[in-house]
Amino acid sequence: MPEYTLRIRRYSPESGEAAHWDDFEIDLDGHRSVLDGILQAKDRQDGSIGIRCSCRAAICGSCGVRINGKPNLACHMHLDKACEDAPDGVIVVEPMGNMPVLKDLIVDMDAVHWKKMRRVTPWLLPDGDPPEREYIVAPESMIDITQTMACIQCGACVSDCLSMEVDPLFIGPAALAKAYRFVGDPRDGQHEERLRDLAEDPHGIYDCTHCFNCIEACPKGVAPMSQIMRLRRIASADHGIEDRNNGYRHEHAFVKNIEKNGLLHEADLLPDSYGGKFHPRAVPELVTSLPVILRALQRGKVTPAGALLHKHKASKEVKRIFRDVHDREERYELNLYVVGEEEDDNPPSMHADAAGSQLPAERSPNQ
Amino acid sequence: MPVHDVLIIGAGLAGQRAALAAARAGATVAIMSKVHPVRSHSNAAAGGINAALNPDDSWESHAFDTVKGSDYLGDQDAIEIMCREAPNEVLWLEHAGVTFHRSAEGKLGTRAFGGASAARTYYIADITGQALLHVLYEQLMKHHEQIDRYEEWFITGLAQDDEGNCVGAIARNIRDGAMELFTAKSTILASGGAGQCFKPTTNALICTGDGIAQAYRIGAPLMDMEMIQYHPTTLQGNGILITEGARGEGAHLYNAEGERFMEKYAPNKMELASRDVVSRAEQTEINEGRGFPDGTVALDITKVPRKRTLEALREIVNIGRDFAGVDITREPIRIRPGCHYIMGGVKADINGATSIPGLYAAGEVACVSVHGGNRLGANSLLDTLIFGRRSGEHAAARAAGMPAITASRAQVRDQEREIADLMNRSGGRRVSEIRDELGTMMNEKVAVFRDHAGLTEAHEVVRRLKDEARFATIDDRGTVFNQDVLGALELGYMLDVAECIVVGALERRESRGAQFRTDFPKRNDDEWLKHIDLSMNGGDAPKVSYSPVTITKWEPQERTY
Repeated sequence: MPEYTLRIRRYSPESGEAAHWDDFEIDLDGHRSVLDGILQAKDRQDGSIGIRCSCRAAICGSCGVRINGKPNLACHMHLDKACEDAPDGVIVVEPMGNMPVLKDLIVDMDAVHWKKMRRVTPWLLPDGDPPEREYIVAPESMIDITQTMACIQCGACVSDCLSMEVDPLFIGPAALAKAYRFVGDPRDGQHEERLRDLAEDPHGIYDCTHCFNCIEACPKGVAPMSQIMRLRRIASADHGIEDRNNGYRHEHAFVKNIEKNGLLHEADLLPDSYGGKFHPRAVPELVTSLPVILRALQRGKVTPAGALLHKHKASKEVKRIFRDVHDREERYELNLYVVGEEEDDNPPSMHADAAGSQLPAERSPNQ
Repeated sequence: MPVHDVLIIGAGLAGQRAALAAARAGATVAIMSKVHPVRSHSNAAAGGINAALNPDDSWESHAFDTVKGSDYLGDQDAIEIMCREAPNEVLWLEHAGVTFHRSAEGKLGTRAFGGASAARTYYIADITGQALLHVLYEQLMKHHEQIDRYEEWFITGLAQDDEGNCVGAIARNIRDGAMELFTAKSTILASGGAGQCFKPTTNALICTGDGIAQAYRIGAPLMDMEMIQYHPTTLQGNGILITEGARGEGAHLYNAEGERFMEKYAPNKMELASRDVVSRAEQTEINEGRGFPDGTVALDITKVPRKRTLEALREIVNIGRDFAGVDITREPIRIRPGCHYIMGGVKADINGATSIPGLYAAGEVACVSVHGGNRLGANSLLDTLIFGRRSGEHAAARAAGMPAITASRAQVRDQEREIADLMNRSGGRRVSEIRDELGTMMNEKVAVFRDHAGLTEAHEVVRRLKDEARFATIDDRGTVFNQDVLGALELGYMLDVAECIVVGALERRESRGAQFRTDFPKRNDDEWLKHIDLSMNGGDAPKVSYSPVTITKWEPQERTY
């Protein structure tokens, strides 16, 4: 039987000692999970190792940890793969980030994850009394929100959310994905109220910085960031919600900027996000940004000529992409359950020519 | 000392449904679980929930399928209630927000399932249990003012007053080790099954029979304990479940010689015969040398159109990839029968009431008995919800007419002392060793095929392990998340449950449903059309008695598929 070494981060609040690392030798087949390894160490060597676990099959969401620095479920990572990824062959297991550690690999999900979950009013709010039988809804709508129902609340996305690291109040990927479960549910009667609430909150949907960490972290293909982007599109395009955080205007300024220039013209982006250089909203914003601009000039990150005289213009190809997207009757939405996988033998024809399916595999939000 | 009208132990589907029903009836409610509610094992019910909701289906047809599936051991009054109330329950779930998949017209959609004469299984891809559990938890969060949640509290015992009424429970806060007495006018056990008595099993690590043993220890009889369901499609080695939905969507079973062997065992229903029938067929193929060398047969899901698999069986695509290294859309996957569900449990009536006043039981912990000798696929979710709701309603009604109750804290001190003793032991076997020996032995001697010699040996082993467990040792001496202590307590529960399973199986000298005795291979209605009840008998083996099976409409017939 092959041998693996697990290096587990230990912390016991009762011991009065700082966190430290303990190594455990285990012998298990490589296709067994890191959780199996931890449980073997716990059974044979040290029963005090703390880890939440239950189903062993990636459906209960208990065993979220970081393996070799990356969030995952311990039951969802094979030992041989984890060993391969480890720089010196020692599999490093530590608790998830962005949440306080209670003991060893156990974090306080109540204090962070579940608190944020409750923030998005996580229950259906239908209009009026229910019908005598079921609500009649489009079959695609239920398959669509199955992607967010697939969330098992493991916290892997919360663990590595970069925005939350900077802004602990950010509602975060898991709770916003949950919000989409209601906004995408045709039976819910509060779509606009929910979206307005999440758009106006300075820690809401516009607080996400598109880092893709949550998409990479999610063991269930929920793609939280994609759900956040869908909330934005529905808020702006369908409900015209112009939020006080300027998220809506910034996004539109960004799109226009690219459509015109092909490459981002940064000097225009900031004022345009506030309605143009001379708009009353833009002036104080530009003034407060001056120190940043000056520092950037000082360090040579930008030159006045480069910033102000943006020479690049959008190519024909860029213009064609914009035209294609504008001309589409329906907005193209990526969804794991609806479009299947990238290498699908027979992709549904309605999506066959969509720009999204041309994405290289590693950039696809569903991978 | 927290005081409530209704205390619910366990927060899977049965517990959460009971909590919502009791709160709706006006009771003050506490729901308590050793894990966060969404970690409960209800998650694992992948395929769906049965209800005769289509106008061309009938509850009688559903009930007959269930009776036949149970090999006539199910109580027909309870089965009638379950099947009659199923359609409204599914509609209640839909209105609460469950994202059931739809037909082309936007109505609730169905899929076929084993042992059923109509497609009446409602589903959400292959995450039905998970979707239901998470939607009910949404409702628990919504009703937080009426329902107090105690998440990550471990029950160490049920509390009784001097008259023998159940008046709540003693629990340990897993976060800090503090012990607390929770008093309640009615207590509902909804703590799930006991699959961990077997190794491997499809069951989660938390399914250690806690509630079954706790009720047994205060004198509640257990019923049908010998009836352990082996699921036909589990992964070799780790026991991970492949949903029956795969066969419902059209997957076939083959032996190593490429034969679709179900033709021999169930020529009409083929792969969609009852689970006991399919599991026995597979085990026969394997035992007679027509399986693969690793003791498996093949499940071929490539028969299902790929798009449909990706949409409706997504979870097992992941399981195949992650836990067996197989792309199920392109090649067959090796499977075998594995321990999955316990039909037996705490004997309860159609309102969930047990023989202990004030104690109710619902879901897998209970035996009503709607599943009898064999549970049909997609009837377990239904059981948890129907009898969870009924227990909640009746527990609340009982509490409404009652004066305040008193309970003594002496029981808390007893259990604190017991845990202190446990932490201070040294020199015995490790708890994990005893647990592994128990599970491996049970899976060998008390599995699909059983006989007197094997069961007698199994009983001897369980008795020895019980003795050893009294001196078993653990490492963790702390109070914060001391999972080692919980593991030792769980082992005690598992051993009590395992003994009852073995004694029930020894007692039933016939073959019915999941119990197949190679020394008594025929069903024997003259002598054994009855339930076996088991009661605690001091430190000795459980006391055996019998109770009649309730028959309303359907007289026992020969059972073929």
